[in-house]
Amino acid sequence: MLLLLLRRGAALRGGRGPGGLSPPARLLSAAQRPGPGPGEKGTGEDSTLRPLYMDVQATTSLDPRVLDSMLPYLIHYYGNPHSRTHAYGWESESAVERARQQVASLIGADPREIIFTSGATESNNLAIKGVARFYKSRKKHVITTQTEHKCVLDSCRYLEAEGFRITYLPVKRNGLIDLKELEDAIQPDTSLVSVMTVNNEIGVKQPISDIGQLCSTRKVFFHTDAAQAVGKIPMDVNALKIDLMSISGHKIYGPKGVGAIYVRRRPRVRLEPLQSGGGQERGMRSGTVPTPLVVGLGTACEVAQQEMEYDYKRISLLADRLVTKIMTEIPDVVMNGDPEHHYPGCINLSFAYVEGESLLMALKDVALSSGSACTSASLEPSYVLRAIGTDEDLAHSSIRFGIGRFTTEEEVDYTVHKCIQHVKRLRAMSPLWEMVQDGIDLKSIKWTQH
Amino acid sequence: MAASCRAQVLRLYRALLRESQRFTAYGYRTYAIRRIRDAFRENKQVKDAGEIQTLVNKARTNLEIIHRQVVRLMLFIERRLNL
Repeated sequence: MLLLLLRRGAALRGGRGPGGLSPPARLLSAAQRPGPGPGEKGTGEDSTLRPLYMDVQATTSLDPRVLDSMLPYLIHYYGNPHSRTHAYGWESESAVERARQQVASLIGADPREIIFTSGATESNNLAIKGVARFYKSRKKHVITTQTEHKCVLDSCRYLEAEGFRITYLPVKRNGLIDLKELEDAIQPDTSLVSVMTVNNEIGVKQPISDIGQLCSTRKVFFHTDAAQAVGKIPMDVNALKIDLMSISGHKIYGPKGVGAIYVRRRPRVRLEPLQSGGGQERGMRSGTVPTPLVVGLGTACEVAQQEMEYDYKRISLLADRLVTKIMTEIPDVVMNGDPEHHYPGCINLSFAYVEGESLLMALKDVALSSGSACTSASLEPSYVLRAIGTDEDLAHSSIRFGIGRFTTEEEVDYTVHKCIQHVKRLRAMSPLWEMVQDGIDLKSIKWTQH
Repeated sequence: MAASCRAQVLRLYRALLRESQRFTAYGYRTYAIRRIRDAFRENKQVKDAGEIQTLVNKARTNLEIIHRQVVRLMLFIERRLNL
């Protein structure tokens, strides 16, 4: 694997011309570079630069304010927050409880309803498997949607093997679920409905408030994977009638390896823990709570709460700039997902007659992805795009643009410029594009296999 | 009182901008400068002495954070990616 990486690196390096310096990339290098960093060999005059980062749905950089709050707990205050017999334990415990308060405050919950986990994947697993297993003697049915994150779908597959029935609700062409279909899918023995708030690939916002209302009247627990939504759009667990909610640290400029799950206390939601052990986190998640990470998550939530309005306004502006420029400059670009019920920072565009992977390769000085990071190694088109009924060829030509707190106008402009340039270049080489220009309907062609 | 307060706020504003310029990471540097400018502009009309004091304290805390993080970024130079 390492060898492969090295070889790949060498091949890519060879492909880069000397004139590869680009305006915003140059901005990146404008920072002082006093010399090689620790553990790094001096490479001398090397003109290669880091790509711009436009993949904030995969992960975000740590906010300096977050790291600043974490560092003392990585340096001085290393006590186990569960140690009750000395000051080391007490100071860590009080830091963890402060963080719990910060997370709870962001989503309008009680601190006692917040359980720290290793991330949204664990939170989703805990919510789905935990609730289903706890109520399995009376309830054997779970509802979710086809566009959920892999960890939700995989947890459901696992439950199927344990004898549960799962309904995978289809979504409409705009990526939203049909409330009527959800209502019809609820059965007397349904224990849980799990629908994500903001989709990680196409950015659509599900009607969470309506789903919460429906679930509460039908006495079914409602779980939402809000990893891409918390801290970016207002989320109030009581107003939206959410019973369980997954939160991730590294999607909100916090550290990786930490997340949280909200578990409602009134009416109480019970779940079977996944891990056995010391009974930390009210027995729901055994294992020592990682104080520095949890402190980071707390600060990330507090900063997100303060900055939500400011960030949202700015991200909307930048997103609008990106979409308008691309759409006016190149024809046959399709925006995937509902444009109305949509989080602006996640833009998924399909460039017809251009292969997404080749566009990604051409845009190698911008860090982009064609979908979720978990499936970015495979060349298969995204299952989310297939679920919203995108044609196979359009699903193959999609790219996700992520705009976050630290994205600048220059970065957006550079990405747009490069994108337009390469789409035009790739289309000029494409026989399909030529045929379309000649007025041939590609769908009418009978491709024969030799 | 008002004049000294004004001078104090301006001093703080300049110190914050100066310190932010030293961020070696492009994203952090541009964000810090933009956010500081916007925050001071947004709170320009604030008249209440107590409220001003709260904002000044917040700015001081942020100045300390920026200072520490600037130093941290200088200690750990980011590796350039081979493209």
